[in-house]
Amino acid sequence: MNAAPDPATLLAAARSVPDPELPVLTLGELGVIRDLRLAADGTVEVDLTPTYTGCPATAVIAGDVRDALHRAGAGQVRVRTVLAPAWTTDWMSETGRRKLREYGIAPPGPAGGPVRLAFSVRCPHCGSPDTREVSHFGSTPCKALWTCRSCAEPFDSFKAI
Amino acid sequence: MSPLAAYALGLGDDALILAQRLGEWAARAPQIEEDLALANIALDLLGQARTLLTYAGELEQAGRDEDDLAYLRDDREFRNVQLVELPGGDFAVTMARQLIFSAYQYELYTALLGSADETLAGLAGKAVKEVAYHRDHATQWVLRLGDGTDLSHERMQAGLDQVWPYTAELFDPASQLPGIATDPATLRPAWETYVTPVLREATLERPQPRWRSRGGRDGLHTEHLGHLLSEMQHLHRSHPGATW
Repeated sequence: MNAAPDPATLLAAARSVPDPELPVLTLGELGVIRDLRLAADGTVEVDLTPTYTGCPATAVIAGDVRDALHRAGAGQVRVRTVLAPAWTTDWMSETGRRKLREYGIAPPGPAGGPVRLAFSVRCPHCGSPDTREVSHFGSTPCKALWTCRSCAEPFDSFKAI
Repeated sequence: MSPLAAYALGLGDDALILAQRLGEWAARAPQIEEDLALANIALDLLGQARTLLTYAGELEQAGRDEDDLAYLRDDREFRNVQLVELPGGDFAVTMARQLIFSAYQYELYTALLGSADETLAGLAGKAVKEVAYHRDHATQWVLRLGDGTDLSHERMQAGLDQVWPYTAELFDPASQLPGIATDPATLRPAWETYVTPVLREATLERPQPRWRSRGGRDGLHTEHLGHLLSEMQHLHRSHPGATW
């Protein structure tokens, strides 16, 4: 039997899993892997926080993390869903934000306070600040629908929460 | 069932039943953005319902999970307020209900942030951010329709009149769980502070109903809930244990 990999290696493996809805981002860049530790019986326990309570990707993410940990040499894996502290887009890394923009999704501004009226979402296609919100709600719970007045392209904007 | 389990079940049923009602709009809303918006709001509510029903099942210690509670109870066992089970009506009725309910949920979850119960406080921390979007969405529509054309004003007022008698029930006393649950009556002033100016700005008249609903938390429901459940529970009851 192989020696169990150390927690740091396993954590890196879990964090490198791509998000199923936004494959350009890793779960680490999204900020949803909160903790990982080895239990006394050798079970790998990983804490996962959902972006939105009803996000259907959460179940897929849990399965993908489990698979990735097994591939990295983990034996028993237990995925715990933790709600507190609540996920915030402020946990998204700078690399994650840059990748989102390159992918065509406007990254979130700073969170905090009630629903923020974002006056200055830049178009991820042409960079123009002359944009408008079409709908608070987009193709997934975490995104709003915007359109650019300069290049006339619609785009998704990650909601700051 | 303990008072805490009953409390979690009531809040979970509110979210579950309204999620089902909002889901009915998918592909039928006035515009595609609204198909997406209402389905997204429904999904948020479903997420809240899953957490709350799972928790109620754990507290009950009778071995029932979220699916058992959602799919295997009859209408008299549901603990939601009657407001959420009413048919969606036209878009104005749905928006009137969304304004009333999301403004209530916003105050509810804000209060539960300070709950001594870890699950309720944890859920509230997430849900309050989502509900802020629901409330803003409903507000924008109520303003636009109320202060829009003569026809949109008339229909928005009619929608508001239709659902308003179900408002008082939201603030009826619930289980006494000091430090854990919130006395719903204490949410009313903040709710009024939000809703009243929205109605005024939308040029809508605050309805003065001559009757009010009551009893949802005790399992008393309108005829509409049974029909909703027959659709929601059909698959699970016809194919027990089926999975994807």
